[in-house]
Amino acid sequence: MNLLTFAIVLLFLRAVGAAQTPNSAPSAIAEKNSFVYAELAKAPKKATERRNPLEADPDAVAAGAKLFEQHCAECHGAMADGGKKGPSLRADEIQQSTPGALFWLLTNGVVRRGMPVWSKLPEPQRWQLVSYIRSLTPAPKPNAEGTKTP
Amino acid sequence: MTYDHYLEEPGSLEVEYFSTFGTQRAGNDFHAFWAEFEYGATAWWTTEVYLDGQTTFNDSTVFTGFRWENRFRLLQREHFINPVLYVEYEHISGADKILKEVEGHDGNADSADLNSESRQEHKQELEFKLLLSKAFKGWNIAQNTLATKNLANEPWEFGYAIGASRPLALKASAKRCSFCRENFIAGVEMYGGLGDRYSFGLHDTSHYLAPVVAWNLPSDWTLRVSPGFGLNDNSHRFLLRWGVSREFSGFGAAISRLLGDR
Repeated sequence: MNLLTFAIVLLFLRAVGAAQTPNSAPSAIAEKNSFVYAELAKAPKKATERRNPLEADPDAVAAGAKLFEQHCAECHGAMADGGKKGPSLRADEIQQSTPGALFWLLTNGVVRRGMPVWSKLPEPQRWQLVSYIRSLTPAPKPNAEGTKTP
Repeated sequence: MTYDHYLEEPGSLEVEYFSTFGTQRAGNDFHAFWAEFEYGATAWWTTEVYLDGQTTFNDSTVFTGFRWENRFRLLQREHFINPVLYVEYEHISGADKILKEVEGHDGNADSADLNSESRQEHKQELEFKLLLSKAFKGWNIAQNTLATKNLANEPWEFGYAIGASRPLALKASAKRCSFCRENFIAGVEMYGGLGDRYSFGLHDTSHYLAPVVAWNLPSDWTLRVSPGFGLNDNSHRFLLRWGVSREFSGFGAAISRLLGDR
């Protein structure tokens, strides 16, 4: 029995380790990011055409920023410019998406690539997050030397 | 306890202390408790370890065993109904009273024995659940069907849990706050046994109805309280469940760094 207990503890620890050893090479991160961005294109037409009902809500961006800090910053970075686990939300792929497509992605996640579904947040909170994401300044483009322009 | 289809966020660890106070129709009241370590292994797999114990008043306090629970999201995206497969291994003694779920012909009388006697019985069980859940206009509606097999050649036992819950406000407020309405979730659940393979049905089973309130603090602490009321003579008259949990985001990344992945 002790052996079984030991095996279970070992498996639990293995689960912790297995899930948290992402390939952090830049090419692997870029590939993962592109997969997540590509997921946006899979949003059904009806979903992409949805308008943000909180577009005119003056508090939506601030509320979205609070939700972002609570739920998203861990993976996407405190400034939403990307981390080891989540892509930059300032990238063109995100900023040029429709609010409806972003809402769809938030709702459905990209489960195979580590982004959970966020339908546990009520719809208005997901729209608040969309408002915040759309309010972000786009990422600066790298110039010929590979450094980012201000 | 009714599960919805939401799993722990990948890389996050939730540590919870959960307590159940139960009245006993014939015998001493009890206080059962568990420590839970829930980890989001991936976006589709959550794994948890529970350590159980209980105090029976005018008797003793005993450690009653452990459980290893796993939940697997079966579909990649959100659907009309979202299924999650739940698989749990339990190694507990007969003195276990945490009543995390009610199965088979579980009833009030099962908890009446003295700890010194009931802890002599050791059980290894496999428990399977199909968790079905749906988000609808701010509500979460969930239904769980469970089947348990005691590995000591006992028949399959069955049970159910259904529940609905909703935050008190659907929009988040712009400021960080502890007492905002969106931080409170209220709901109700009903759970009970459905007999076993040889006597399936409601005969000689116990059932409970329980309102549930949860309070999510911005500091990643959560408090839960749920007074449960037995619905028939076979049930405990009253169960008071409460729990406090703390989520540690980025736990997996911290472990990973500790193990040398920089």
